[in-house]
Amino acid sequence: MPVNYYIFLSVALFCIGIAGVLTRRNAIVVFMCIELMLNAVNLLLVAFSKMHHLAGLALDPGSTAGTEAQLFVFFIMVVAAAEVTVGLAIIVMMYRNIHSVDINFLNRLKH
Amino acid sequence: MSKLIYLVPLFPLVGFLLNGLGRNALSKAVASFIGVGSVLASFVLSLLIFHETRAVDFTPQVVTLFDFINTGKIDIPFSFQVDQLSALFLLIITGVGTLIHVYSTAYMHEESEMHYARYFAYLNLFVFSMLLLVLGSNYVVMFIGWEGVGLCSYLLIGYWYKNNAYNDAAKKAFVMNRIGDLGFLLAVFWMIQRFGSANFSEVFAQAPDVPAAVLTGITLLLFLGATGKSAQIPLFTWLPDAMAGPTPVSALIHAATMVTAGIYMIARSHVLFDFAPITQTVIAIIGLATALFAATIAIRQNDIKKVLAYSTVSQLGFMFLGLGVGAYTGAIFHVMTHAFFKALLFLGAGSVIHAMHHEQDIRRMGGLRKFMPVTHITFLLACLAIAGIPPFSGFFSKDEILTAALLKNPVYYVLGVIAALMTAFYMFRLYAMTFQGRFRGTAEMASHLHESPKAMTIPLVVLALLSVFGGLVGIPEVFMKDAHRLKTYLAPVLDVKNQGAASLTHLPHNTELALMGGIVVAVAAIIFFAIRAYGRYQFRDEASTGLSRILERKWYVDECYEFLISKPLKAFSGFLSSTVEKVVIDGFVNGIGKAVQSGGRQLRLLQSGQVGSYILIMVTVTILFFIIQLFWKS
Amino acid sequence: MLSAFDNFPALLIWLPLIGGIVTFMLKQGERAKAWSMLSSILTLVVAGTSLLFTGSEHFALTQVSYVWLPLLGSSFTLSLDGISWILCLLNAISFPLIFAASSRGSYRRPNVFYGLMLIAQAGLMGVFMALDALTIYFFWELALIQVYFLASMWGGEKRIQAAFKFFIYTFVGSLLLLVGILYVYLKTPDQSFALASFYRAELTVGEQGWLFWMFFIAFAIKMPVFPFHTWQPDAYEQSATPVTMVLSGIMVKMGVFALMRWLLPVFPDVIADYDNIIIGFSVIGVVYASLMAMRQDDLKRLVAYSSIAHIGLMCAAIFSLQQDAWHGALVQMFSHGINIIGMWIVIELIERQLGVRKISELGGIAQKAPTLTIFLVIIALANVALPLTNAFVGEFLMFSGLFKFNSWYAAVAGIGIILSAVYTLNMIKHVFYGNTNILTETMRDIGKDQRIVLSVIVVLIFMVGIYPEPMFRLVENTSDIILNRIQTK
Repeated sequence: MPVNYYIFLSVALFCIGIAGVLTRRNAIVVFMCIELMLNAVNLLLVAFSKMHHLAGLALDPGSTAGTEAQLFVFFIMVVAAAEVTVGLAIIVMMYRNIHSVDINFLNRLKH
Repeated sequence: MSKLIYLVPLFPLVGFLLNGLGRNALSKAVASFIGVGSVLASFVLSLLIFHETRAVDFTPQVVTLFDFINTGKIDIPFSFQVDQLSALFLLIITGVGTLIHVYSTAYMHEESEMHYARYFAYLNLFVFSMLLLVLGSNYVVMFIGWEGVGLCSYLLIGYWYKNNAYNDAAKKAFVMNRIGDLGFLLAVFWMIQRFGSANFSEVFAQAPDVPAAVLTGITLLLFLGATGKSAQIPLFTWLPDAMAGPTPVSALIHAATMVTAGIYMIARSHVLFDFAPITQTVIAIIGLATALFAATIAIRQNDIKKVLAYSTVSQLGFMFLGLGVGAYTGAIFHVMTHAFFKALLFLGAGSVIHAMHHEQDIRRMGGLRKFMPVTHITFLLACLAIAGIPPFSGFFSKDEILTAALLKNPVYYVLGVIAALMTAFYMFRLYAMTFQGRFRGTAEMASHLHESPKAMTIPLVVLALLSVFGGLVGIPEVFMKDAHRLKTYLAPVLDVKNQGAASLTHLPHNTELALMGGIVVAVAAIIFFAIRAYGRYQFRDEASTGLSRILERKWYVDECYEFLISKPLKAFSGFLSSTVEKVVIDGFVNGIGKAVQSGGRQLRLLQSGQVGSYILIMVTVTILFFIIQLFWKS
Repeated sequence: MLSAFDNFPALLIWLPLIGGIVTFMLKQGERAKAWSMLSSILTLVVAGTSLLFTGSEHFALTQVSYVWLPLLGSSFTLSLDGISWILCLLNAISFPLIFAASSRGSYRRPNVFYGLMLIAQAGLMGVFMALDALTIYFFWELALIQVYFLASMWGGEKRIQAAFKFFIYTFVGSLLLLVGILYVYLKTPDQSFALASFYRAELTVGEQGWLFWMFFIAFAIKMPVFPFHTWQPDAYEQSATPVTMVLSGIMVKMGVFALMRWLLPVFPDVIADYDNIIIGFSVIGVVYASLMAMRQDDLKRLVAYSSIAHIGLMCAAIFSLQQDAWHGALVQMFSHGINIIGMWIVIELIERQLGVRKISELGGIAQKAPTLTIFLVIIALANVALPLTNAFVGEFLMFSGLFKFNSWYAAVAGIGIILSAVYTLNMIKHVFYGNTNILTETMRDIGKDQRIVLSVIVVLIFMVGIYPEPMFRLVENTSDIILNRIQTK
């Protein structure tokens, strides 16, 4: 399957993520959209990695080219998981404090 | 003897230091002893040097004391030039200087001890500077003296420093001199650039190889310097104001010595001026114009010192006319005779002022001959000398200049004669109003009138003798062959080469005698008329009108300068300080600060605190970057 | 450790630095005063002694190099050569004079005041001796920051604003300088901050062009030349007089000095493109500042503007690249420092007695304080470059060089000579001559200690003015070497 399809898919996912972050006010939805963007990038990484690996194998059967990206994806997933814990905790605390998960109430930094 | 030349200026310098540093401790007797003694010692030395320079086999010498500025390609030694010209000036300066110092001991005796010593210190400093001026063997040492005499003139004009008008006069003198000094300095720089040196010997030796345009530029700048120091148009207005100083100062500085520095300088550099005919014409015209202009003003002045001051300006104009037509000896001759009779006139005026208790208005004088016989006789002799009656000294020197002018251009001659006639008129108007007729002051003043003490009258008598017989060193060819001893004496310095056509061609003796006789008769007639007209002057305090009012107000020159130069300069500097400095430059600097501040205030609004807006900006900018990247490539 | 003190440059830095730190720690005001005086006199003695070792055989005594940041290619290199000698000498002479003149003044927290002064002196010494770009930058800032604190903590009511303005101005300059230094450093063949490497830096003409302006603006602000000068009158007016003396007598020379050592020889290829602009501005500045001085009513501002005029002439003379002009400028730097300190001392004496320095409110002081008047007149006349005073020698040579470069510049700058007479005599007339008023009626003449200080200044004025030869011998070699490098490149 050509790599183009993966790129289109991940661009689509990323744009949906951005649109969600920009338009939605619910913190949890925004959070989910951020995850969507992250995963779009992950998808891209995996796709390119596979592509590179195939190209490398064609030149040298023992090549490991392109495998590093897979490692990055695992890193990103681990970090994302950590982020989810912290992020969700913040949202919970926020709900406890202001009884809302609307991010527009979070403009205290301005003052 | 020439090796000891440094002692000549050293004595007055020591005198200055002693009187200056010890002014609180010295009694008047000691202060005057130091003041007079130091100049007298210089005079004795000058006599010896003069004697040496008269020897047939004397060669000019340069005595170097030390290197003043010697760095890179510039080498300016602190050195003295000993030759006939400087020796003659040494005699005039120290000789007249000694007499005036003696005179001052009596004239200034009312001053407190401290100020008395200060006066003599200044006077000695002046003599020192003037000696440097004439002794310097390069233009820089000459400039040291040149500025030095300007400084002393400033200090002495403002000697009574409590009086603000005097301070203004002093300031004016210094500033006007400085305008001239700038010309002098630029000429020196030009010489250094062109000749690589400021030494007379090197500059003069190279002068023939330099384009005429450069020499014209240099000489015009030098002449600008001379107009400042010697009070010629356009920088003459300081001299009449300078009369604010004590009268002996006016006699020494503003009549006999300092103001003739310009003439000395041009005569000294005559090699340069000979190659610059344009400059010579300018000098002749300016000199003549000043002679006429100042004479017209002198006719209507009522302050005894102001008349003498304008007369000095006018006589200096004569000297410049002489320089301009190439009669260097004549100009120097006139410097000498003028030093005698003008110093005498000022000292006589000082004697009168002393007797009148500082009243200077001649309308309030009159009939003083009865009270002050010595002053009267000597003053009369000086008037005859300046008017040009033979055989008094002024006749010979003035005649020499006029004859040279006639050979150059008859117009110069005619105008010169007119100025000479005016001289006779205003001098005898002054004489008649002061000494003839009846006393017009108050009875109380009359009771105080007295002849001055010996210390004042002896210098008068000595100067009177010099004024009467001083002209005999320069008897023209018409009367006696080879009797012009001054010309013979100065010939090695002033006649080196290229003396100009003036000295080669001569008038027919008959013509010269006829013209001379005509002038003398005309002068005598004018003197007679002036004494008749003003001998029985009655005091009238009415406003004059028309031309005489213009003359009384000195052709409104001061007002013109005030209006054309001082006021615009003040306004301009006011504009600079209020507008350019505050608004433009500071405004620009503060503007940057304000721009940063207000920019920050505007940018602050972007920080809305809305997370969404931040992300929106982020995304938009990222997209923008992508677009730019895209177009950049294509 | 002892080896750190066996040469003059190190001593000249350490003495004031240690003296300053010790002064800081002294609690008692009088002791701080005495200690700072002692320290500055010691420095003067060292500087004076160093003059005996000007020959090339004493090279080791006048050169020192510590390893500082070897990775970056910077070493702490200090050296005394002709042009640094004359300025270090000025620096060393000035501080005892300043301390002596201010000994009767009282300053809050004297230990801090005198400590900062001494550290500033060390910084100035470093600037004049450094042969390494990072070292000079270090000392440049060291001196600047001390003076900023001095100017903002002691002085007139508006001192905070004035000091802030001064700081911003000079800091902008410093940053430009730093960026410039770093850029040149990257282009040096051996990645070094040493001056010698800077001379060999491989810069295209285009790079030299903008680097030239970065360096020049940094130095021009410091000097300051028109139109970068507006910090100066404010800073001089508002600072305490000893601080003003340091600022005007010595600190402004940093800029002039740096032109000679750090600007012109480093970017020689582009001087010909810009010299007319810079000399033109300097000459305009001379006339402009003189005209401004005519309008000032505050004595301090008057002297500040007259100083701008003098510095403008120095800048023009240096850019004329004439040998005489350089010698003249170097001697003039020394003379100007002495004269202006003398002027400040007199102004300070008047202000301390009468509490006023407005020209319009003074008058007739000559009657009450004749000795002070004589000193002032001598110093003021030296300031207007009367012959046989020190400033004449320098100005004569500078004008002569400028005339060789272009006679019109010399003629226009010459107007400054006339105007300087106008404002100086005006000031003398209004402040010293005339009649006393209620205020000046109470004026007393100066005491013995002040008389000694002023006498020292007057003696220096005449010494340099009458026999300047030793000064020329000191500076001419180094100056010619640098000039030669500029002209042959």
